[in-house]
Amino acid sequence: MKKFIALFLAALMLVSFAACDSSDDAKADFKVGAIYINSKNDTAGYTFAHHSGITEAMEQLGLDVEKQLFIVDEVPEDKERVLAAIDTLVGQGVDIIFGISFGYIDAMEEAATKYPDVIFSHGTGYKSNETNFNNYFGRAYQARYLSGIAAGLKSLETGNNNVGYVAAYGTEYAETASGINGFALGVQAVNPDAKVYVKKLGAWADEVNESAFAKELINSFGCGIIAQHCDSAQPQIAAQGANVFGCGYNSDMTPDAPKAHLTAAIWNWDVYYKTAMETAMGCEASEFVTKMGTPAYYGGLKENFVDVSPLSENCVAGTEDAIKKVRELIVKGEWDVFSGVKLSVTVADGVATVTKADADLKDNAGNVIVAAGGASVEDGVITGTMNYYVAGVQEA
Amino acid sequence: MDKVGVITSFIHNIVLLNIPLLYGTVGEIVVEKSGSLNLGVEGTMAVGAIFGYICGCFADSMVVGILTAFIAGALFGLLFAALTVSLQANQNITGLTLTTFGLGIYFFVGNGLRASGNWPTISESLKDGFSDISIPLLSDIPIIGNGLFSHNVLVYLGIAIAIFMWWYLKHTKFGLRLRAIGENPAAADSVGINVKRSKYLHICLGCGIMGIGGYYMGLNMSGSFNASCWINGYGWIAVALVIFANWSPSVAIIGTFVFGFFNTLRVAGGSLALAFPDFLGWLADVPTQLYQALPFIITAIVLVVTSIKNKRGRSGLPAALGLNYFREER
Repeated sequence: MKKFIALFLAALMLVSFAACDSSDDAKADFKVGAIYINSKNDTAGYTFAHHSGITEAMEQLGLDVEKQLFIVDEVPEDKERVLAAIDTLVGQGVDIIFGISFGYIDAMEEAATKYPDVIFSHGTGYKSNETNFNNYFGRAYQARYLSGIAAGLKSLETGNNNVGYVAAYGTEYAETASGINGFALGVQAVNPDAKVYVKKLGAWADEVNESAFAKELINSFGCGIIAQHCDSAQPQIAAQGANVFGCGYNSDMTPDAPKAHLTAAIWNWDVYYKTAMETAMGCEASEFVTKMGTPAYYGGLKENFVDVSPLSENCVAGTEDAIKKVRELIVKGEWDVFSGVKLSVTVADGVATVTKADADLKDNAGNVIVAAGGASVEDGVITGTMNYYVAGVQEA
Repeated sequence: MDKVGVITSFIHNIVLLNIPLLYGTVGEIVVEKSGSLNLGVEGTMAVGAIFGYICGCFADSMVVGILTAFIAGALFGLLFAALTVSLQANQNITGLTLTTFGLGIYFFVGNGLRASGNWPTISESLKDGFSDISIPLLSDIPIIGNGLFSHNVLVYLGIAIAIFMWWYLKHTKFGLRLRAIGENPAAADSVGINVKRSKYLHICLGCGIMGIGGYYMGLNMSGSFNASCWINGYGWIAVALVIFANWSPSVAIIGTFVFGFFNTLRVAGGSLALAFPDFLGWLADVPTQLYQALPFIITAIVLVVTSIKNKRGRSGLPAALGLNYFREER
């Protein structure tokens, strides 16, 4: 009996190896795995943005979403749960696993060692190895700066210098701090008198309070514009309810609040997902990081990885032109947000004028971060250690 | 900074954000007064929320929403009653099971509808129905007027239900009988009170009230369905508030607002600090995490204080709470 079983298993192995051999036609057999923090059926927010990015990238590459994409969704940031999700996906035979939430970091690192034949790609994280584990993130602060310009122009039109910002966290994470700072500098480029009030949730998703916080910023702080760094469209819905305006995040929130929403800082995740899938299809798992050229992908406006959503009709005339001109400066590499050069944007008759001037970049305690004329803050600081607010930002 | 505005908004939020707790608490008091401990408040509210919201939106009527939420909650209560009153199942375990089950139904129905693309949105008229109604004269009182007397219709309904249930329990024949059952079902049975029928009725009634509280949460979230449940732990706090209120629906109103005060500090702390920098400035330095934990810290303190107090004086705790009544064992 034992012999028979051994024979059977050996035969099975042979067959499965044969299956591996015939998978040279990379495209047809390529399987993508994804682990989401929220539901794949979401119609807005963080998971929605990633899911759209992955499916769009697959369509661009001619992959079949129905057959070649495997998803485990609603996975909380709990190591055991993430490892279980990874086991499920590996069992389904995926070639690459995208984990989209920051808290998946340790599980993905561990799994990358456990499954060297599978590629692990972790969004918003900072860990990696030299073979099959990388991370990816984008210069969201650049898109935030552009949405700040739209908000600043609106604040000039309404004459209300108070801008509210519902944030998941504040200076605890460089991701949120750099977003807040980028947005505030964009607002100030247009309206130097503007103040940005930040209200922290202490959680990445907390719908009940996302709504309550936005209302508080509007009622008590008199904010006329509500920006956000949180998952749901509640802040924009609250802004519309109070007849003020807002800038969303992650996805175009104009359908959620058509009368309030100006423009949202968005991610074109498909840009990265396409690059990663293309690379993965043409190499062994162990070569992935080498072929990608870097263990930490960090794209911006230039790569079209981040952007602002189409401007709504609530935007002031000339917003389009102002954003276009500033975008050009960034894309050409002539200027970046956190540098010792300040932009000043004025709009007259729908035409924008952008002028540069050397100025200290100061935090809100008056310390100089970058001296006038100095080069931009390093990427490592923006992604890892930015723990201050720029001048004009205050916690509420 | 508009100092008066900040205080008014703070008071307004204490009421607006915490009324679902009152529904949960009053509902649970009615259930517990019958001698049944239902820990499934969270699940019952979730069931009321999802069905109330969906039916209310499809019918485009808040009355339909309230009725559906009540019926859904009551049916869920019927399940609890059938398991614990007729089948004599352990009440604690049944309650916990119903929490899980209720949340499961909530996500099953909600996710299913969304996946099929039929998720209903709140119409403008329904939104208007949920907007604030100012009570004449009272709402003109400076500072507190707008905070206390300008609210949506479900706030008034919640307080009306609490007052009505207080009167019902304290001053009616049925209330007296219910309290007798909660204290000593065998004695109540011996004088000819139908224990089973009364338990069934009041468990369903209490759970129906919880269901309306869930519907409130759904409307207040503008019906935006995401990965976190609308009820957000309020059902659990309601269970603790029952003890704080000493099983009295009228004290529950005060309890809700005392508790709401701390719950709302998270929203208003920053504004208060900025408006009154001299003596409330320190609120700005309180870490967000402490604000998040505050409702639960307060709950723990309240439980300790009230249980010490109840030991000394008269407690409203029904003597037979949590014990199943089995007639043949009399």
